[in-house]
Amino acid sequence: MAHISASVYTSHVPAVGAAIDLGKTAEPYWQPLFEGYEFSKRWLKEQKPDVIFLVYNDHANAFSLDIIPTFAIGTAPEFTPADEGWGPRPVPNVIGHPKLAAHIAQSVIQDDFDLTIVNKMDIDHGLTVPLSLMCGQPQAWPCPIIPFAVNVVQYPAPSGRRCYLLGKAIRKAIESYDEPLNVEIWGTGGMSHQLQGPRAGLINREWDNAFLDRLIADPEGLSAMPHIDYVREAGSEGIELVMWLIARGAMDDVNGGKPLTVRHRFYHVPASNTAVGHLILENN
Amino acid sequence: MSLDKPYKDVPGTTIFDAEMSRLGYHLNQFCMSLMKAENRARFKANERAYLDEWPMSEEQKQAVLARDLNRCIELGGNIYFLAKIGATDGKSFQQMAGSMTGMSEEEYRNMMVSGGRSVEGNRYIGEKK
Repeated sequence: MAHISASVYTSHVPAVGAAIDLGKTAEPYWQPLFEGYEFSKRWLKEQKPDVIFLVYNDHANAFSLDIIPTFAIGTAPEFTPADEGWGPRPVPNVIGHPKLAAHIAQSVIQDDFDLTIVNKMDIDHGLTVPLSLMCGQPQAWPCPIIPFAVNVVQYPAPSGRRCYLLGKAIRKAIESYDEPLNVEIWGTGGMSHQLQGPRAGLINREWDNAFLDRLIADPEGLSAMPHIDYVREAGSEGIELVMWLIARGAMDDVNGGKPLTVRHRFYHVPASNTAVGHLILENN
Repeated sequence: MSLDKPYKDVPGTTIFDAEMSRLGYHLNQFCMSLMKAENRARFKANERAYLDEWPMSEEQKQAVLARDLNRCIELGGNIYFLAKIGATDGKSFQQMAGSMTGMSEEEYRNMMVSGGRSVEGNRYIGEKK
């Protein structure tokens, strides 16, 4: 059967993608950030996942205001990087895993999470920047990826609680898949940042680090945090952090299994307007 | 019973909820059109004419022409959509975000490098620092 071996959490700031694409990673501004991912790149190469289930949010690229799905699973065989206005990022296309994605969709919907199934969509920096941070600049991404888009553009985003429980349902779906696949689940976005209005530039280092602590030690309690706390403490775009709870809910320790191992933890301010947080949690 | 909107008292912040989304539908959809290179070129060639193809309010059009992002947001714009205008202008997200704060580009960049805007005094409207 398929199993989840680890979860990865990372911010997905567009400027990080631009820094990689334009060869700026060694510049003094960027170097401390990329150094925080050196371990992660080596780790991913050793782990050799068969599939990555990648939770991210679309930033008005695949989804305009015409259709706003709260949870959307990408079931296509291939996904192309979107032109977000600066031209598409020069990164490989994402190869999907339609069979596992369809299996997960069917299982999770029967578990009361009404996903939108997307057979055609472009993917944006929310998905490609985490891949770039974890893989560098390969000719092809290391394995098939299932894009899972969460609406955090139009308020309200799904609650932390809903995301956490969805993670559990995704885990159940993956574990009932009849092939011995090593699956990783990634939660992306955040940490504190605000991109709009006179309060733009808000960063809350203390709150972010408390969030990381609680995500590791008390995700169930953390999942009860109301939206307004994210907005007030972590900025209007800090609400992206609810997506981390999807990945966290899929781990062994909160589903009757063994305690997890914190393999890596990193925090850095700033990347452009944003605080960057990163965790690797392994099942045992 | 009315909806609970506890985010209305966060200073300098507009939450893009269903009400704002309805107000800004055409403004945001105009922004989406700038994802195509040919539309970016057409917009740059004659901004007013391009905007007139959209059923936006005159206030929205003026706010776009003036690149007044705070005003755009007040009129229903969402920053992820408005970012396409900045992209068309060759601006970075940091330049766009900074433009809404009343700070110069350099001041804003320095603030971010020094750890960003503090949350202290920025949680509630009228709160004392």
